[in-house]
Amino acid sequence: MAGEAHTIDALGQFKLHTALGPIGASVNFSQSNLMMVVAGVLVLALMYFGAKPRAVVPGRLQAAAELAYDFIHKMCVDQIGEEGKRFFPFVFTLFFFVLFGNLLGLLPFSFAYTSHIAVTAALALTVIVLVTVVALSIHGMHFFTYFWPHGAPKALAPIIIPVEVISYLSRPVSLSIRLFANMVAGHVMFEVFASFMIMMAGAGAIGYVGAVGPLALNVVLMGFELLVAFLQAYVFAVLTCIYLHDAVHLH
Amino acid sequence: MTQGGDHGDGSFEARLRAARDRHGLDPKPVEAPRPMAASAMGVGMRVGVELLATLVVGLGIGWGLDRWLHTSPIFLALFVVLGGAAGVMNVYRLMAPGRMPGSK
Repeated sequence: MAGEAHTIDALGQFKLHTALGPIGASVNFSQSNLMMVVAGVLVLALMYFGAKPRAVVPGRLQAAAELAYDFIHKMCVDQIGEEGKRFFPFVFTLFFFVLFGNLLGLLPFSFAYTSHIAVTAALALTVIVLVTVVALSIHGMHFFTYFWPHGAPKALAPIIIPVEVISYLSRPVSLSIRLFANMVAGHVMFEVFASFMIMMAGAGAIGYVGAVGPLALNVVLMGFELLVAFLQAYVFAVLTCIYLHDAVHLH
Repeated sequence: MTQGGDHGDGSFEARLRAARDRHGLDPKPVEAPRPMAASAMGVGMRVGVELLATLVVGLGIGWGLDRWLHTSPIFLALFVVLGGAAGVMNVYRLMAPGRMPGSK
């Protein structure tokens, strides 16, 4: 990116390219996949090395692992009820996969795989298929009364039922769009402010002073993005829990 | 399980329930999923996404039905409206989770 004739290429950062040299290229192993593997390994390492000491008074890593476990466990039980313990492994995996994806994406030379709608849509579809299967296996055909609110007038059935079905089907869509849009927005803003900085610096000595503005903004933005990274993972997990609650309790 | 409803042996039932509660035998009654304690921007974002998502789904269903039944554009027009209605309903549920009786 040269200083003059500079255009802001905010979306180029989301382009996939193959990682791991010729081996990765031959099987189309992209940097996104690489970061997924890294995230998975990091989560496993956190749980393994966190649980290994088994100290009564936990060290830092063990405290982090216990905190993570407790946090999701409490979320499951609070949102779904006692049955929520059954879904704990699923919600835990989902939360940490999304969280580590968001956080790893903030590191330099890294890639936020949650900024691709293909990834978030696949996660959301997994959630909604699981929720539907759980609801069908617990309630059987009774599940379909879910689309009929209590005490609604019969005459309104042709309107209410399609609206409820659309509302149900919109869940994975909104779930995936929310996460993907938040991550893309954050990374685009980073890129735009960083480009401002380079453009300003290209304008000479005064530009160097002016470039401090976007730099400071990017520093603030980084803090904000850390919050967003956590919040979006939390929202994803909580909404999964709420949908599971609906599936288990149905009305 | 209504809290104030005492049927028959009210006192015994109440004492039994209190005892069971004390020992944590009953699963806790699940409160309605409360809206996340989020910033105003987060809430706005959720509302926007919710409206968009239902509209997209409505659009998709309408377009698919038209393509299948060769009735363009009847279902498309119908389901876009229904999608918008579902979006408004979702937003209403988001904002007033406890008040609607059959909302969960």
